Amino acid sequence: MKKILTILAIGLLIALLPYFFKVSPYVLNIFMQAVTYSIAVLGMTVVLGYTGQINLAQATFFGLGAYAVGLGTVDAGLNFWITLALGIAVATLSGFILGLTTLRLKGHYLAMITISFQQIFDLILNNWIDFTKGPDGIAGIARPSLFGYTLNDDRAYLLMCAVVLYAVIYFVWKLPQTSTGRAMRAIRENELAAEVTGVNSLKVKVIAFTISAALAGLGGALYAAGFAYISPDNFNFARSVEFLTMVLLGGAQSAFGGVLGTSLLILLPEWLRFLKEVYLAAYGLAVILIMVFLPTGIWGLISSRVAKYRKPAPIDLEAIAPLDVTVPITDPTPILKLENVQKHFGGVRAVDGITLEVMRGTVHALIGPNGSGKTTTLNILSGIYKPTAGSMTFDGTDITEMAPYERAGLGMGRTFQNIRLFPALSVVENVMVGAQRENNPIAPGQAALRERALSALKFVGMAQSAEVIVQNLPYGHQRLVEIARALAGHPKFLLLDEPAAGLNQTEKQELVALLKRLRGHGLTIFLIEHDIGLIEQVSDRITCLNFGKQIAEGAPNDVLRHPDVITAYLGESAHGAA
Amino acid sequence: MSDFIVINLQVLFSGLALGAIYSLVALGFVLIIRATNVVNFAQGDFAMLGGFSMVAFLAAGAPYWLAILLALVAMGIFGLIFNLGVYYPLRHRSFLPVIISTLGASIFMQNTVLYFFGPQPRPMEKVFKTSAIEIGGVFMDTQYLTILGVTAIAVGFQYFLFERTLFGKKLQATSQDKDMARLVGIPVATMIAFTFCYSAILGGMAGILVSPVLFVSIGMGSIIALKAFSATIIGGFGDVTGSIVGGLLLGVVEAFGAHYISVPYKDAFAFLLLFIFLLLRPQGIFGEKISEKA
Repeated sequence: MKKILTILAIGLLIALLPYFFKVSPYVLNIFMQAVTYSIAVLGMTVVLGYTGQINLAQATFFGLGAYAVGLGTVDAGLNFWITLALGIAVATLSGFILGLTTLRLKGHYLAMITISFQQIFDLILNNWIDFTKGPDGIAGIARPSLFGYTLNDDRAYLLMCAVVLYAVIYFVWKLPQTSTGRAMRAIRENELAAEVTGVNSLKVKVIAFTISAALAGLGGALYAAGFAYISPDNFNFARSVEFLTMVLLGGAQSAFGGVLGTSLLILLPEWLRFLKEVYLAAYGLAVILIMVFLPTGIWGLISSRVAKYRKPAPIDLEAIAPLDVTVPITDPTPILKLENVQKHFGGVRAVDGITLEVMRGTVHALIGPNGSGKTTTLNILSGIYKPTAGSMTFDGTDITEMAPYERAGLGMGRTFQNIRLFPALSVVENVMVGAQRENNPIAPGQAALRERALSALKFVGMAQSAEVIVQNLPYGHQRLVEIARALAGHPKFLLLDEPAAGLNQTEKQELVALLKRLRGHGLTIFLIEHDIGLIEQVSDRITCLNFGKQIAEGAPNDVLRHPDVITAYLGESAHGAA
Repeated sequence: MSDFIVINLQVLFSGLALGAIYSLVALGFVLIIRATNVVNFAQGDFAMLGGFSMVAFLAAGAPYWLAILLALVAMGIFGLIFNLGVYYPLRHRSFLPVIISTLGASIFMQNTVLYFFGPQPRPMEKVFKTSAIEIGGVFMDTQYLTILGVTAIAVGFQYFLFERTLFGKKLQATSQDKDMARLVGIPVATMIAFTFCYSAILGGMAGILVSPVLFVSIGMGSIIALKAFSATIIGGFGDVTGSIVGGLLLGVVEAFGAHYISVPYKDAFAFLLLFIFLLLRPQGIFGEKISEKA
């Protein structure tokens, strides 16, 4: 609290500086530019830095806000505050619609679509002269009044903009610690894993894009009244690239980075006057150099240096509550039913008609030689692939058409063969993403999420590493974190794709013990595994696949000794010799 | 022929020629996408640089045809430098840093050229002195015919290179699976360097060809690149045939849009077409839907 007050006081002092010292109007203009641009750039922090989605139309949203104020106050004679709200609303709405229609698509498309949107905006601004005034722009935009006091003094208007900027910084700074913000970062790190863990990725991406557009609209509206004159040149593609460069230079993953980058790039032209005509060329070169040498921006570099010296508070293992993973045991009915499920890739029948029931509270293993369709089956189960034919019922609900995050919301957890964590997030944050799935029966609030995540980590024996960045963990530990992430969502049903792959003997035995414990709590586990010894130890039932078809099913001893299974694994002659 | 048919054929012809330019640049796009899985946002500036190289060599006193040859050689060398400076250091990173790096390269190229040549667009002589041939009332500009001819040759050459030579097979292998290609002894880095070199030459050629029509200007590359990239999406992302068909389609739509609806908004038609495709058929005309592997 004291820290926040100090920061606030310093910020206010900076904003009041022009009142204490004689500052030329020119310098005030530079500050005004820095403050209004910063607000738009913080939008880029949310969409690019947090969510990892490119947006090359930020100047368009900035322009929508500015033109709403310009046209609204000068042409329609509306009150500034109404046009400000209008500007934000128009920017927000266009951001929402653009996001909704394009965020289904991946990176390059998004880059392209946003550029196209930017170009169309530019064409309209320049050519729809009756409405936009064309290339001449709009002059004579008046300053607003606040509490009966007209902000004609540059210093007063700047002070107001600074206060708005502080509020935006605070919002963007705190966002990563909310569930939505954490989901955004999970998408940035690994969208597929986020979706399977329970994140509605399209929704979260649209939210990020909409926030970004809204902030740009706000910045643009303040810019218009600040400079009293706007023209299409202020809102073209070059400006969008400038916003992009600002956020990257400063550091896209932090609110402070965005402001730092903006200030630097606005001040740099002043300092680098000697470069004159080659300034923009140097600018382009700087972008490449940042990408190569400063991937996390200046702020990223600073904060990683600082983090080295700052040890996180030790975790009190005793204080962590034991994990509640218990699933009430009911009658031995099937929790999952597959009915003639098929998946074809072109002419290849990867899964060719599987009909299967998995009983509640059992460990059911899916085995088969490489290429027999095991992982494809798992991907159909978690919703990554849509089956070509067939239907699936989970816990009484038809899930055939459901998205992966919806299945997670029903209590289906999953791990991946090639571990899919959120590399740049801390261990506990990774697991919190799992805990925040829909319908998870825990108390609301971030504290409860963290508590649940720590419990899950303790359950797999990883609580002491809670604050470590997950990519720095050894492989075996990452597997455990992935299991903890699934458990934090309190699943009824756990899908494990080769959980023992890459583990040494000791780790494998720990895994066996963990699986048995989970089974003891009533969880149903469906796993793919190649380690026959492990399968014999843990499974109640085994299904064997070959060429996408079931060739055997039953108790471990029967299936593992089934002649067809031996043939599938060892080949015809080996069976003959045996 | 009636006037109506003649006028429409005229529009169609100029649309196809313009589209051929988009196709040429799109081909360069597709090659790089296939080799590196990233979009080169400086692809259009290859065209711009090709045009200005031509201007420079002509100014230095080189005869027309030698200037073309020198400009193309210069573009090839530039492609190699581009690979080393813009792509190679970032080859192990995700697509986002690479895209941004190519954007930076685009700004750098445009403003460096601006510094040396100034903002004034430069005119350029046509390849052939005769200005147009008339067939059945339709006037065909010789430059447009040249563009169409050269594009056809480039497409044919590329088909031969990729489908009929061992070198082309190695390039294809590189684009499909770099690790596997490396394991069977294909020099992946060299293959990618070649791709950038070739792609820059294609871009330069497009720039040289279009210069007599559009003038040589700093901004000529950006707008061509946007259209060319739209063409690759419309045709099917990373599909060679698709990018050619997409480019031609865009050129024709644009020409008809400008003729019948509005000239100032002609660039918007291309983007509108792109939007429609992205909404209704994001995989493009020839593209296949591919799901991400878990």
